[in-house]
Amino acid sequence: MNIVVCVKQVPDTATERKLRSDDKTLDRDAVDGVINELDEYAVEEALRLKEAHGGEVTVLTMGPAKAADTIRKALAMGADKAVHLVDDALAGSDALSTSYALAQALGRVGFDVVVLGSESTDARTGVLAAMLAERLGVPQLSQARKVEVNGSAVTIERVTDYGYDRVEASLPAVVSVVEKINEPRYPSFKGIMAAKKKPVETLGAADLEADAGQLGLAGAWSEVVDFAVAPPRAAGTVVKDEGDGGAKAAEFLASKKFI
Amino acid sequence: MLSDEHLELRKTVSAFAREEVAPVIGDFYERGEFPYEIVRKMGAMGLFGLPIPEEHGGMGGDYFALCLALEELARVDSSVAITVEAAVSLGAMPILRFGTAEQKAEWLPRLASGEMLGAFGLTEPGGGTDVPGGMRTTAVLDGDEWVINGSKAFITNAGTDITGVVSVAALTDGLISTILVPTGTPGFSASKKYSKVGWSASDTRELSFNDCRVPRANLLGEFGRGYAQFLQTLDEGRVAIAALSVGLAQGCVDECVTYVRERHAFGHPIGHYQAIQFKVSDMEARAHTARLAYYHAAERMLAGLPFKKEAAIAKLVASNAAMDNARDGTQIFGGYGFMNEFPVGRFYRDAKILEIGEGTSEVQRMLIARELGLTA
Repeated sequence: MNIVVCVKQVPDTATERKLRSDDKTLDRDAVDGVINELDEYAVEEALRLKEAHGGEVTVLTMGPAKAADTIRKALAMGADKAVHLVDDALAGSDALSTSYALAQALGRVGFDVVVLGSESTDARTGVLAAMLAERLGVPQLSQARKVEVNGSAVTIERVTDYGYDRVEASLPAVVSVVEKINEPRYPSFKGIMAAKKKPVETLGAADLEADAGQLGLAGAWSEVVDFAVAPPRAAGTVVKDEGDGGAKAAEFLASKKFI
Repeated sequence: MLSDEHLELRKTVSAFAREEVAPVIGDFYERGEFPYEIVRKMGAMGLFGLPIPEEHGGMGGDYFALCLALEELARVDSSVAITVEAAVSLGAMPILRFGTAEQKAEWLPRLASGEMLGAFGLTEPGGGTDVPGGMRTTAVLDGDEWVINGSKAFITNAGTDITGVVSVAALTDGLISTILVPTGTPGFSASKKYSKVGWSASDTRELSFNDCRVPRANLLGEFGRGYAQFLQTLDEGRVAIAALSVGLAQGCVDECVTYVRERHAFGHPIGHYQAIQFKVSDMEARAHTARLAYYHAAERMLAGLPFKKEAAIAKLVASNAAMDNARDGTQIFGGYGFMNEFPVGRFYRDAKILEIGEGTSEVQRMLIARELGLTA
């Protein structure tokens, strides 16, 4: 089975994240990049699919040169090879232009199943899997907490507010996963050393045979018009219990429309 | 400078220690319970096989990789670090270095995967440093079998549910030889766990051998060469213990840097006061210099150069740094430092043994003096 796992390098959520004042996009140089947390689960699931059904796992990422660190992490976990989409023309992509570039790359790489995290911790739009499936003309199975492949069919358990749905589709397909799906492995030292020797293909905008107007900031349909630093958190309200603590707490909650 | 692979390994083990060990180890420590699930996870990521070649089921790394991993583990907890240290440097390495092809094939794959733990029985209730003169355990050939009698003290990993084999140093015709004794061999038993001041989530036992019989083929390495074998094993082990000590020393710095920003006194975070800043700076300097000392010893070891003096120096200064940082770190935490629920309290209890195990500080000084040409 030809498994492609899409990963994204995101700013470490433990650090302070900033937007650039010039083009109002994320300042990726100012922060440490880490693999998007949900993508670690996607890599783990891709590796498990390979272990169960054979085949190959290809890592696909779009991002600046330093996103190579994220590729290396996925390769160290056990993926076989990688494709790194890197070009200044891709900078400033929104979800729509990202999905276009990735779909063009996937058309070139080929796949039976594409696995990805259901959202990234930076923009958190959570729409990429759907856009990708639409562009590729294949079924989308989202929010999976369990994935099974049987011949040419793929079945997932899709997490919902009320429990889960069983969703089945035929391959090829796009599957997005949630953190309930597995426990990602830590790379072993053997994996870390082997990652150095695994092939990483670098693709630029020209390799995508894409319509340049649909790529990067130029191709983005959404625009950050303005932004402001989040206001500091107001001090909390302390309710002292003098026999009427319960009533006071209820009053407070009612004033905030929680009850 | 560390290679990319070593840096990546350090980052991975650091994440593992923070995410998998830190949240749960305090409870294991308090209960004196061996953390099997953490050991299983460390096995899955290959920590027990770091310096073991791939052909024997290991990771194909080097001894320095093991040291880096031990430092990162000990930054969070010493019980799990010593479990890996003893399993690899004392359990598996002597078999890798001195074992026959059959012995390696039988034991190394399971030891390297962490599925099985190995132990090394050298110290006795009557003496540790005083070998070979003070050794009492004997092994006598009877036909095709060794008959072992005696006891061993303070043996790490000797009595867990997954302990598989112990290398036992014993007197054979007046010379020391090492013999492999699988667990479950009649006449071999491990006592109940010691109650220890620190390292409470690690397994430490006294072992007894009572007409314990194993096949003649279980001799590890050459007959009568046991003393030379374990001197070599201990030189390496000292670098590993130095790495573990640096981890504890750095862990104290980590805890304090966070705490002194949060804890307020007299209108400021206590980190605002120079008395505290100077203490923390001294702690950082100790951890840093001790790290350089063990890096240097490891570099010489891997280059095949003599490293006995460098290993002794690294072990001496790193265990000092650990002890000093644990004392100062606990002092900075004040009353909270005396509570078991705070890591510095655990570090304080875990630090003392570092000046004792794998050669006391006095033994290190003796070795350094000898390397300087000074003899009694």
